[in-house]
Amino acid sequence: MANITSENKNPIVRFFNMNTSGQTSGRNLPLWRQLLLQLVCLAILASVMLPIMYIVTMSFSSKTTRPSQLELIPKEISLVAYQQVLDRPTANPVTFPELLKNSFLLSAGVGVVALFIAVSAAYAFSRFKFRMREVLMVLVFIPLLMPAVGLSTPLYLLMNQVQVKECQDDSIAIQPFTYCDDRKGKLEFNLRDSLWGVGIAMTASALPFAVWNLKGYLDTIPKELEEAAAIDGADANQTFWQIVIPLAVPQLAVTFFLGFIGHWQEFVLTWLFLSQPEDYTLAMTLYNMTGQYANSVPWNRFAAMAVIVALPVAVVYVALQRQIVGGITSGAVKG
Amino acid sequence: MAIAKSKPKRNKGQWLPYLYLLPAFLIMGVITFYPLIYQVIVSFTNFETQHLLLGLKSPELEFVGFKNYIDIFTAALPVENFNFFRVLQFNFWWALSNVLLHVPAGVLIATILNTEGLWMKRLYRALYILPVVVPPLVVAVVWTNIFDERYGAMNQLLAIIGGWFGNPDPVYIRWFEDVKPPIPGFLPGAPLTLAYYAMMIANFWLGWPFMSVVATGALQSIPKDLYEAAEIDGATSTQQFWNITVPLLRPAMIPAAVYGFTISFNLFNFVFFMTGGGPARSTELLVTFAYNLVRNLRWYGVAAAFAVIIFVVALIVFLITNRITRATQNYQEG
Repeated sequence: MANITSENKNPIVRFFNMNTSGQTSGRNLPLWRQLLLQLVCLAILASVMLPIMYIVTMSFSSKTTRPSQLELIPKEISLVAYQQVLDRPTANPVTFPELLKNSFLLSAGVGVVALFIAVSAAYAFSRFKFRMREVLMVLVFIPLLMPAVGLSTPLYLLMNQVQVKECQDDSIAIQPFTYCDDRKGKLEFNLRDSLWGVGIAMTASALPFAVWNLKGYLDTIPKELEEAAAIDGADANQTFWQIVIPLAVPQLAVTFFLGFIGHWQEFVLTWLFLSQPEDYTLAMTLYNMTGQYANSVPWNRFAAMAVIVALPVAVVYVALQRQIVGGITSGAVKG
Repeated sequence: MAIAKSKPKRNKGQWLPYLYLLPAFLIMGVITFYPLIYQVIVSFTNFETQHLLLGLKSPELEFVGFKNYIDIFTAALPVENFNFFRVLQFNFWWALSNVLLHVPAGVLIATILNTEGLWMKRLYRALYILPVVVPPLVVAVVWTNIFDERYGAMNQLLAIIGGWFGNPDPVYIRWFEDVKPPIPGFLPGAPLTLAYYAMMIANFWLGWPFMSVVATGALQSIPKDLYEAAEIDGATSTQQFWNITVPLLRPAMIPAAVYGFTISFNLFNFVFFMTGGGPARSTELLVTFAYNLVRNLRWYGVAAAFAVIIFVVALIVFLITNRITRATQNYQEG
């Protein structure tokens, strides 16, 4: 159990030995324990990386067939799959930029709208005492109990009734307010089958979580600053915009990214609502590629697409890991 | 999810908080509350595809009372292999067994990573989070391939292990087709097929990193002098782990476990992509079946009734978990 006392002198060892835990360093770790723990950590790392390397390796392959054995190191670096996916992602006439645009607009749009509506509600719940406060709070949080699938049925049925039709006499009917005389007509727009409709449905399921998460955070911000501002004559609106919002920016960002990640990978609502290929998102395209039978799946293209869909989210998540996890748990603890 | 005690301040304008709430309630009124009420109404009708255009105004739409609910509970739906109470039991066991595996594993790995002087800590911490960010569909596809009957890594691995014990035969376990439960009598109301075990392994890969990140944060907030004092008193590191680390982790891990339970309970994407609820609906969750009702069967009335039932189940789960979270909060304060 000899301690390696020269450890602190070697710069390379010192780099690896760098204390990142935020604690002050104490005794040295005996070498045999260090090696044992390294072995354990590497084994865990291998298990974590195995499925990821499987996909990455497949994406660099030029063959569309599935490898018959587990390959974890790319034998060849072929970008042909990436090229094909970017060129022509599906059999439908929809380009990659269009898919990217759909995914991005939907995720970012829903994230921003939910954030703006939620932060003002969270402020009201966190800072004011008013009649019906508890009742209204329960009302806002009740939909949290409903999984997205559960809320999707009525939204599907209701939005499907909102249609714009071109009638035979060239007039336009906006259902359910006006109908064509013959109750038929050429369908121009169906709210259910549009990005707007999906956006509405996604906002409905995102809002309660955003209010809950932001309220939890606002509760932790000390009120002294606001009280000082009130003494200086700021009214509630000025306090909200000039003190509370700037203080809440970190949590606003976390809530936005949490939403964004969820919406980026959203599948239930998009797959249920959308039927037009030009409205497809990246996640839907990915699912579309797997098809029913393993033999017909263009595996290298699927893998390339998977990497493309996962990469932006992965980068953001790894970069903001601490804040994101803190954001989830602070909401959970504080309620 | 606890609804905390209020600590609001006195306000001057009585109408002001309502103004701040107005946008949220206007929007939620239209896209959340109205649809939820509509859902309850639809759940008492025989709403199907032909009523899509006119909705509740359809002349031939019939109110059928509680028929949809009764059909669901008595397994009278014309769907093969569907039994509500079996699905419910499986769903609970699925969520519980996942959390029971993920939390201890997360704590253990976080503890290892928190060892003083461990090399490459930061690298491990950054890479261990990767499973969380891979889209569920990709995770499911990779793991379905690993459990593939002919080419899958799992069967090849089992064959190698079999070889060590003098069994040279290749292994062809049909992970996703076999309906015979490998451990008979375990969870009698909802027999667990091989697919369940395959899903548990895959979801373990997916689930522990989050718990480990939460545990890391909590570990770093434990004051070090506690350990030093324990050391002076002659406590071994095992004793230190059980008497200092575990109790002080509890306030952070219980809410994380509750969160994990809720997520696992409604883990639609992963289950849908991996087994689709099969074989013979043995791995069906409430949410995957609800999706099936809307998307494939298109029995909207039944689907609405099913969603109302899911809501009630979720409410019960919430009331239980909320009690647990509150109990630990008191522990933290006291």
